[in-house]
Amino acid sequence: MTDAPIRFLLNDTEIVLTEAGPGDTLLDFLRLGRGLTGTKEGCAEGDCGACTVVAGRLHGGALVYEPVNACIRFLAACHGCHIVTVEHLKGPDGGLHPVQRAMVEHHASQCGFCTPGFVMALYGLWMENPAPDVVQVETALQGNLCRCTGYEPIVRAALAAGRAGGQMQDALAVERAAVTAKLAAIPPGADVFRNVGRGAGPDGETPFHNMERAVVPADTDQFAAVLAANPQATIVAGATDVGLWVTKMMRPISPAIFVGHLMKEIEETPDAIRIGAGITYSEFAPVIAAHFPGVEDYVLRIGGWQIRNAGTIGGNIANGSPIGEMPPLLIALGARIVLRHGETRREIALEDFFIDYGKQDRAPGEFLETIVIPKTGGAILAAYKLSKRASADISAVAAGFRVEVRDDRIVTARVAFGGMAGVSKRARHAENALIGQPFAAETFEAAARAVAQDFNPLSDFRASLAYRHAVAANFFRRFWLEQAGLEAPVRLNRAVGD
Amino acid sequence: MKHHGIAVETPHESAELHVTGRADYTDDLVLPQGALHAYLGLSTVAHGTIRAMNLDAVRAAPGVIDVLTAADLPGRNDVSPIGKGDDPILADGKVMFHGQPVFAVIAETREQARGAAALARIDYDPLPHALDPVQALAAGGELVVPGMTLQRGDSAAALAAAPRRIDGRFVIGGQDHFYLEGQIALAIPGEADEMTLFTSTQHPTEVQHMVAHALDVPASAVVVNVRRMGGGFGGKETQMNLFCCVAAVAARKWRRAVKLRPDRDDDMIATGKRHDFVVDYSVGFDDSGRITAAEGDWYARCGFSADLSMAVTDRALFHGDNAYFYPAVTLRSHPLRTNTVSNTAFRGFGGPQGVIVAERIIEDIAYATGQDTLAVRKANLYENGQLTPYHQTVEDQILPRIFAELEISCDYGARRQAVLDFNAAMDAAGSPIRRGIALTPVKFGISFTATHFNQAGALIHVYADGSIQLNHGGTEMGQGLHTKVAQIVAEAFGVDLARIKVTKTTTEKVPNTSATAASSGTDLNGMAALDAAEKIKARLVAFLCAARGVQPSEVRFARDQVMVGAEAIPFHEVAQLAYLARVPLSATGFYATPKIHWDRKAGRGRPFYYFAYGAACAEVSVDTLTGEYVIERADVLHDVGRSINPALDRGQIEGAFVQGTGWLTSEELVWDETGRLRTHAPSTYKIPLASDRPKVFNVALADWSENREETVRRSKAVGEPPFMLGISVFEAIGHAVASVAGYKIAPRLDAPATPERVLMAVQRLRQDGEA
Repeated sequence: MTDAPIRFLLNDTEIVLTEAGPGDTLLDFLRLGRGLTGTKEGCAEGDCGACTVVAGRLHGGALVYEPVNACIRFLAACHGCHIVTVEHLKGPDGGLHPVQRAMVEHHASQCGFCTPGFVMALYGLWMENPAPDVVQVETALQGNLCRCTGYEPIVRAALAAGRAGGQMQDALAVERAAVTAKLAAIPPGADVFRNVGRGAGPDGETPFHNMERAVVPADTDQFAAVLAANPQATIVAGATDVGLWVTKMMRPISPAIFVGHLMKEIEETPDAIRIGAGITYSEFAPVIAAHFPGVEDYVLRIGGWQIRNAGTIGGNIANGSPIGEMPPLLIALGARIVLRHGETRREIALEDFFIDYGKQDRAPGEFLETIVIPKTGGAILAAYKLSKRASADISAVAAGFRVEVRDDRIVTARVAFGGMAGVSKRARHAENALIGQPFAAETFEAAARAVAQDFNPLSDFRASLAYRHAVAANFFRRFWLEQAGLEAPVRLNRAVGD
Repeated sequence: MKHHGIAVETPHESAELHVTGRADYTDDLVLPQGALHAYLGLSTVAHGTIRAMNLDAVRAAPGVIDVLTAADLPGRNDVSPIGKGDDPILADGKVMFHGQPVFAVIAETREQARGAAALARIDYDPLPHALDPVQALAAGGELVVPGMTLQRGDSAAALAAAPRRIDGRFVIGGQDHFYLEGQIALAIPGEADEMTLFTSTQHPTEVQHMVAHALDVPASAVVVNVRRMGGGFGGKETQMNLFCCVAAVAARKWRRAVKLRPDRDDDMIATGKRHDFVVDYSVGFDDSGRITAAEGDWYARCGFSADLSMAVTDRALFHGDNAYFYPAVTLRSHPLRTNTVSNTAFRGFGGPQGVIVAERIIEDIAYATGQDTLAVRKANLYENGQLTPYHQTVEDQILPRIFAELEISCDYGARRQAVLDFNAAMDAAGSPIRRGIALTPVKFGISFTATHFNQAGALIHVYADGSIQLNHGGTEMGQGLHTKVAQIVAEAFGVDLARIKVTKTTTEKVPNTSATAASSGTDLNGMAALDAAEKIKARLVAFLCAARGVQPSEVRFARDQVMVGAEAIPFHEVAQLAYLARVPLSATGFYATPKIHWDRKAGRGRPFYYFAYGAACAEVSVDTLTGEYVIERADVLHDVGRSINPALDRGQIEGAFVQGTGWLTSEELVWDETGRLRTHAPSTYKIPLASDRPKVFNVALADWSENREETVRRSKAVGEPPFMLGISVFEAIGHAVASVAGYKIAPRLDAPATPERVLMAVQRLRQDGEA
């Protein structure tokens, strides 16, 4: 028992869980616990979207709904949320919702297994964007796989549903005030246990180490205190990575601290943008668009919509993956990070955080709280990513560029790569080939040749060593071509209708 | 909304259930009280003998009831669909691939079973392994089944005499089905020897037989039910057998229901895929590009056992000509044993790996002779009366008209010139972007090449209230089979579609069915259902003639009523009257495809009842700095004969095109040197997304086409043929690549054309072009 249960709304039911394990997923709760089998398990790793539900949460008092993957959404991370499943959808007459009706009328389901997930992703889009264009529909569907239809009828249905309108009469819109009040009444924070021991300990009582614990801190200060007291705890933000530790590797994560709702601040100072580590990709995208021109589309190539709604910038940095997409860009931008332990904070350059493969400069009990990104000051920015599939694929090679040019001469150059080494790191030889040189094709050609000295990448199932070297070099050529003022297009146009 | 009969775009019969989440898949069924869960333990070496198996920790894990190994199987430890005995349910003493099921854990929950399975300690004595066709050949070239040879004329002499000759090797990757719903079996024991299964298989009868063998009971004791699958694509034709047998054996032993659903990763590791091939080919041709001789050797990665590899590799040869006449030809298949998962059926069933070689040959000739590939295609198309390499006469060739219409509708000539101009302009401007365009055909043979599979049964009940229950042997995996067959029956009775309820597929209603495969579902089951309907109608006509004193010609079924002379009787009243008059209102139907026969040893016969045709034109843009590409536009004109449901047919074409494109672009299977599959989840194995489909996608049916054979309503099969239209994208990418060397060198992309392969081809052509 606990006096701080997990509480959330599921469709029109209030859920109170006094006992839960940190690894319990929302999907299993829906399907096995509640018989809500409309939400499907396709992959259990957040890549196929068959388990898509819509999650509503209060952001500064405003209720925001977003599609997320139930398979890697932990129950504890639902605390304070309104979870909406396909069973809750209905039209004004109690029949099919406009999104569902459009899917039927456009023959957008074949085997039907992915369909509830598509319906929920499109429902999320329908609420957010009353009249999406084709590219917006495609972007919203990057987290949903369909193997039958070829997507064409689904996109037609999405466009038709938008035209059908009715957003203001939708159940979630009508109930918004009531749901907001109910969510606001949920106490912040939860702390629950589950007994996983196979009997009592030697003293006749259940020993603590047989208890799994899930903590949802009420605020960041409480998080800092709980983590300092439990430095071995697993920090769970968007769970786009930790979720797989549980669903794929079956790793115990107890005790786990769920922080996806924390560290959401975005602050602009005279010379930097400071973002909380809990900012999701979706929340980061407008920040990028407002302050870092040239790299707007990069964030939208990370994961699908559901992943971008869950995954955090801090998590992408803190897990230390050599193929994380944010570090190359952020290192190139000269980002610094604030690490916090209890009430103590320190600030370091992001590039210094990555010591070696699997090793970061983070002490036990310490966590990444804030990312400080200097404003561009007129520098030219670019971010590139290569993967087998253009969207929602982990990068084989990723790169961030920040180049300052004065009087046709390169004065500073920061270029960082992911996928080329055990950590994301700068291409120093290539940078040196740029700095102080004329802003001209020959300079970037020299850098393209120099970058081979910076890295000794692996061959794996994502790319061979030769390909990684070739495209790392070509990214410098592409950077130049984009600046060279060619009349001709220099990059693929993925938009429709050109 | 009322829907009548055929040629109507009625929605999928389950569409409203799909979109509301109320369509039940096997995993959604309410479990019987006390149900247990099974999970498979998989091998961790590619080839080896089991020295010691320590399963103590597995047995001691929380919730574990039992651990089953090969020794615990009461019946035959084999799920080989061809009865070869080489496909164990659980490995017995020896493992043949990394990921082979070795034991099964039975526990109270799925989580407990899965967790416990990871605790096994198995020691192996490793044996040498061969992972791909090249390694298998080097290791002696052991075959899982005998290869086949198709031969007509003296190709060696014709090659020697050919004015020009090209030899090449083409490496073609496999493909994972990636059905969204994975493999799953639920076995519920009954009294005595009875066993009932709910599962997601394309082949309920085969599951019935396999489970009967595994339990050592007669087939009559086993019932297999399939309401619907969450996708199949061939991956559930034989692959479900193993899961069903394990669940059934455990259910028999513990007299409790047992469910088995592997995690997605284990599903992808432990089940078979599309065959990858290495193909060596030679072609002789004249200066105009006309083929004079062709030879080819198809070396297949079959995996560790035969499974369906004989029929798959046979079909690769049957389509090694695609749509082109080879005056002299020898094609040979080599179904090689490899230490990988046993490859299996996948939409097209080897056909795509034949067709794409024919298209490679065309490309090679076109670049060698400096022609548009379309001109070479046209010059070599079959004419009616010509013989295929298997000595079947082509009689229904319609590709010239399809080409002509598609060329106009997609504006091929002008757009090809625009592509050439664009590339020249980009080259001059220093841009890395290039475009490519290609128009490719498909000719696909329809029928199971194992002639005896070309049969089907149906069972129709008309109830006294006029409602109709329709059962047939086909399974619904999303293709709309149940919808189409219901439309056929609705038209036969002249009733509203709403009157007809299509039930789950069950071996209790229709026995001895064939797999729903080979695109044959509607052809076979539609005909069988029609046969059943006609039997009941004949009885109703006889009854009405006797009752009302009219002639049979005066009885007509239409608009949900029966016209008897001048009198219109609602259908439900006719049913009621017939019941009261003791007229039997239930009938079975049967169909066997006529005309077909095949002698594999001789390589002669008529394996196909007819051919389905289609063509697609694709245009792509390629970034020659990275190898990335986008599909700018695709235009399809496809032949479905007289369509029973144009909306469903278009859905099959669109879906097949994108799936075919995935096979040839982003879907790459990678095994490491130890034989571990490294691309075993959607995080690492990338099927197309909505944003990967063509930006402009025009799909049309050749609405003038009518099957010259007497198929159901003169329609044609549609499931597989359009898959091969994705080859147009592959060839368009090749065209863009070829631009970097002035279109003088054949691009010779291997498949799949991942961005990496495209960039490497660009670099190779640049080098060769300068040399």
